[in-house]
Amino acid sequence: MDRFDAIVVGAGPAGCASALVMAKAGLKVLVFERGKYVGAKNMWGGAFFGPQINYLFPNFWEEAPVERLVTRHVISFLTGKGSVSVDFKSTDFGIPPYNGFILLRAKFDLWMAKQVEKAGAILATGLKVDDLLVEGEKVKGVKIGKEEFHSDVVILAEGANSLLTQKAGLRKEFSSEDIKQGVKEVIQLSRKTIEERFNLKGNEGVAMEFVGLCTRGLPGGGFLYTNKESLSLGVVAQLSDLIKNRVKTLDLLEEFKTHPEIGKLIEGGQTVEYSAHLIPVAGLGMIPRLYRDGLLVTGDAGALLLGTGLILEGANFAIASGMAAAETVKMAKEREDFSQRTLSHYQQILKESFVLQDLETFKKAPKFLKNARIYHLYPELIVEMAEKIFRNNGEPRKGTFRMVREVLKGRISIWQLFSDVMKARKAI
Amino acid sequence: MKVEEKLALNKFDVDKEVHITVNEEGCRDCELKPCLYACPADCFVLREDHITFSYEGCLECGSCQIACAKGAISWTYPRGGFGVCYQYG
Ligand SMILES: Cc1cc2nc3c(=O)[nH]c(=O)nc-3n(C[C@H](O)[C@H](O)[C@H](O)COP(=O)(O)OP(=O)(O)OC[C@H]3O[C@@H](n4cnc5c(N)ncnc54)[C@H](O)[C@@H]3O)c2cc1C
Ligand code: SF4
Ligand code: SF4
Repeated sequence: MDRFDAIVVGAGPAGCASALVMAKAGLKVLVFERGKYVGAKNMWGGAFFGPQINYLFPNFWEEAPVERLVTRHVISFLTGKGSVSVDFKSTDFGIPPYNGFILLRAKFDLWMAKQVEKAGAILATGLKVDDLLVEGEKVKGVKIGKEEFHSDVVILAEGANSLLTQKAGLRKEFSSEDIKQGVKEVIQLSRKTIEERFNLKGNEGVAMEFVGLCTRGLPGGGFLYTNKESLSLGVVAQLSDLIKNRVKTLDLLEEFKTHPEIGKLIEGGQTVEYSAHLIPVAGLGMIPRLYRDGLLVTGDAGALLLGTGLILEGANFAIASGMAAAETVKMAKEREDFSQRTLSHYQQILKESFVLQDLETFKKAPKFLKNARIYHLYPELIVEMAEKIFRNNGEPRKGTFRMVREVLKGRISIWQLFSDVMKARKAI
Repeated sequence: MKVEEKLALNKFDVDKEVHITVNEEGCRDCELKPCLYACPADCFVLREDHITFSYEGCLECGSCQIACAKGAISWTYPRGGFGVCYQYG
């Protein structure tokens, strides 16, 4: 059996990024992907943000299957009575190198993997890695059934449900407090309808986040992204909250679809797919050990993603960590030393980049985002205030501040509100 | 839209080999039955007090195993190439 410099487990963004960089440096790389084809197992919101992917594939948008650019962001507080939204449109986001790309993973991941193959890596799809091959303290390769594959280093890029990372003794068992679950439907609509309904031109697109009723007031939220000829509509909630409150994301998504605000947007659409996935969003405290002798952990498997309530970004973190792992392997190869001492360089690169710095900056976010008032009380207060401001019932008006006081009265104390605002300031 | 209708839209290449098994012994004294709420594909169903599980519509998310505090679920991914095959994702 051939020996490889590196074996990569998983061909998501983290795995593809690491394999591409290593293959380009002339290393012998083997990538295993358990899906029948690359992308078969992957779902997300979603959109890619930031320049990371462009570092990897310069001007990728010219040939990659990008659905639309994110040129408009909407955040909506949703209640049974109405909604209040912040609607941000940017002309700059529509100019290269752009800021966000709406993608469908089954198509995009396949494209990424093709680039990885072109760079010289060997891609083996439809193969699930069952175990790591360990000799003494060192990881020496992987096992698939009874077959063994040998390499100097293994890069785990297996995604959120990181079974091999756990088997390698690098993380403890997950608790339902650490994990969010996302479900989504892809709803087909004609291009023309989407562009009219969302006020878009050409390749413009919108990313929408919803807070409030879409999760019945539980921590989490709803999302909607415009693809070329479909919408991605979904809900995210904390696993522990689903269990405690005996709620299913399945039902939350059905309710979300029938909310008048959403109903209008998806009207006439045809659901063509239903998908689900985990998100490891407990922040810094959840990050496993990211390396040991002969092993590196990247992307979601390393819980390297950021959720601040306003943004959920993982793919760019996955790419950055995959690239950092590849740089580390290149260095280790030069020294012919794959011990954890050399591989610890990986952690150092992450510390110097946005990956661990963002997670540090927002380290209070996961706890803050568990505050139920954000999803339950505040959307209601905001919508009620808006209703009071705009309602004309023929009676003399009250001053705005008096009105605000009236809305808050008996629902939340000024001190509680002040304390939440201060916490928000520190957390997000 | 019912869950069966939703799952019928997905492409599955169902393996003959079962990838998740539930030890129903453990379920008997499991009061809250978290798996019922954790599974986005309704693979767990309560029938007169006992849990029945079917793996065919599984979306391979991993939630059930994390949710089950009794350790009654033995979980792995389907064999390579089998299971759900998203067309959009
Ligand atoms: C509902 C939802 C919405 C999201 N929205 C966004 C968003 O809008 N923007 C954003 O940036 N991020 C978003 N994310 C997060 C983002 O999807 C992840 O952070 C990103 O996919 C992580 O990439 P990865 O390569 O680490 O893992 P993955 O993309 O999960 O890839 C892991 C790969 O490994 C394969 N694999 C697993 N185990 C094995 C094995 N044993 N053998 C062989 N192959 C294996 C899998 O099949 C898969 O292809 C969202 C996530 C969810 C669930
Ligand atoms: S949570 Fe576990 S023990 Fe409880 S009913 Fe479900 S599978 Fe059985
Ligand atoms: S892995 Fe997910 S979809 Fe499959 S049975 Fe468990 S909870 Fe349901």
